[in-house]
Amino acid sequence: MLRYLLNKIALLIPTLVGITICAFAFVRLLPGDPILAMAGEHGVAPARYEELKQQFGYNLPIWEQYARYVGEVATGDFGVSISSKRPVLEEFKTLFPATLELSFFAMVFAMLLGIPAGIVAAVKRGSWFDQSLMGTALVGYSMPIFWWGLLLIIFFSGYLGWTPVSGRIGLQFFFKPITGFMTIDTLIYGKWDAFRSALSHLVLPAIVLGTIPLAVIARQTRSAMLEVLGEDYVRTARAKGLSGARVIGVHALRNALIPVVTTIGLQVGTLLAGAILTETIFAWPGIGKWMVDSIFKRDYVVVQSGLLLIALIVMAVNLIVDVLYAVINPRIRAA
Amino acid sequence: MSQTEIAPMAAGNPDRLTGLKTFWHYFSVNRGAVIGLFVFILLVLAALFAPLLAPYAPDVQDKTAFLRPPAWQAGGSTQYLLGTDPVGRDILSRLLYGARFSLLIGAVVVTLALTGGITLGLLAGYFRGWVDVAIMRVMDLILAFPSLLLALVLVTILGPGLFNAMLAIALVLQPHFARLVRAAVMAEKSREYVVAAKVAGAGHLRLMLATILPNCLAPLIVQGTLSFSNAILEAAALGFLGLGAQPPTPEWGTMLASAREFILRAWWVVTFPGLAILITVLAINLVGDGLRDALDPKLRRS
Repeated sequence: MLRYLLNKIALLIPTLVGITICAFAFVRLLPGDPILAMAGEHGVAPARYEELKQQFGYNLPIWEQYARYVGEVATGDFGVSISSKRPVLEEFKTLFPATLELSFFAMVFAMLLGIPAGIVAAVKRGSWFDQSLMGTALVGYSMPIFWWGLLLIIFFSGYLGWTPVSGRIGLQFFFKPITGFMTIDTLIYGKWDAFRSALSHLVLPAIVLGTIPLAVIARQTRSAMLEVLGEDYVRTARAKGLSGARVIGVHALRNALIPVVTTIGLQVGTLLAGAILTETIFAWPGIGKWMVDSIFKRDYVVVQSGLLLIALIVMAVNLIVDVLYAVINPRIRAA
Repeated sequence: MSQTEIAPMAAGNPDRLTGLKTFWHYFSVNRGAVIGLFVFILLVLAALFAPLLAPYAPDVQDKTAFLRPPAWQAGGSTQYLLGTDPVGRDILSRLLYGARFSLLIGAVVVTLALTGGITLGLLAGYFRGWVDVAIMRVMDLILAFPSLLLALVLVTILGPGLFNAMLAIALVLQPHFARLVRAAVMAEKSREYVVAAKVAGAGHLRLMLATILPNCLAPLIVQGTLSFSNAILEAAALGFLGLGAQPPTPEWGTMLASAREFILRAWWVVTFPGLAILITVLAINLVGDGLRDALDPKLRRS
């Protein structure tokens, strides 16, 4: 197992180097002078320009600049945001829990609906439920989620007036974050009305972000389940006279879930990409909106470091999924 | 397809005819795929004949009819079937012209991604060694980023606009093709027919393009279809974020972006462009599912 883990980590090194090269190159590939580009619309005085050039090391040879950049990143120095003047890492730390909370609830929504639906569809293969579920899943999979979000706002916020249009919590509530998860923090403080407000803000964005994963998980569960239901050991279990529920719930489901777990892990990239759109629509203060806003504010230090940090997260999650997969399925380890 | 078209082909190449027939047999079993294909053909026709079908030009503004609701709702008229947008342009006309952009985006992106992916995948799978390692590491790297994020960043570098958005999306989608081609080439390379062609004196280029590539086409076609719909979605997302096609281009995502502030006042400005995106993407995905069933022998029941 340890060898498997080390091997996986070793394989990540070229990707890691590549990611830093991409982030490093980003600022230098921007049209025009990198310092002027980073300074944004206001421009910069000539003296300050020279100073910045020294500070960022743009007078050094390119490989030295890269080495310097890697050194900075490795020590946790991701630069300072031009627009807010705060360290990028600090901003990231305050915003990331929002994205994490949203993604977590989106995934819970997708799994709670997707896995049971997929199982039922597989067991009742060819029934009207199966057919309509697979049809709905394909619609979900084809959904432009930014439009889906707007539709839900029109209906639930505009027409029914049930949910707020944007934000994370009502403006009247303010308290120091503990975990950064609004739903948990409000409970820790014991403020029920704040908790309800946080939850009502969360529902629509979580549904929107969870829609595509839901469709993917439902389809994947169904096909994994169908495959397993045809296996000999399931037939044996049935032949032994075990109840249908036990055969499906214990013998089949446990094996069918292996590919589903992988699918769920692979959805992390989709979630983060979706977060960019979902957070923009619902004005959800997470890293997706932060990236888009920074692009428009030309705060390229943030874009550069955000790109790097998000890629690192995706990489780390993929590694965890790989390892979990090996834990569940010993056959992978041997290979 | 008429008999006269098939006849000469059948005389020269009987295998191809039966191949096509089997293909259609398996494809048409999937009702959804046939419906998808039908809708897709309608969309192509709408795009081609947009100037004839559209009641107005896409950029003509009627200063007397801002935010006019669709014909069936109170306040609407048959003059503007699907209503008008905030500056008095006919939404139906803009949607019809918008079909041109979406289909163009799909076609250009898939062509670019296919060309790049096939070239890199062939090189990697055929030569192996350091060529393979170098190419596939770069592909892994592209896949390490969430696709929309990478596209966003690329557009930031290239500058906003429809063409740059297409380039960025093609680059982001292309590793999937490279991986597929590489895997297929590696599987085919040691087959007897390839060895035979090599012994007969075929050069590298001929072996790659004429001998091996045609046998890797099935998964490529399926992936191409899925990428077509993906490209439309991502381009619409970029347009929606303001980094794709720029207003007043009647691109569906861009239309949605400029309609956003009116969502609580005029549902139709938001609903129809999104519906157009959904229908297009859904139709193409249905066709993709059908193609996979028809082209993947493993899934065939007979």
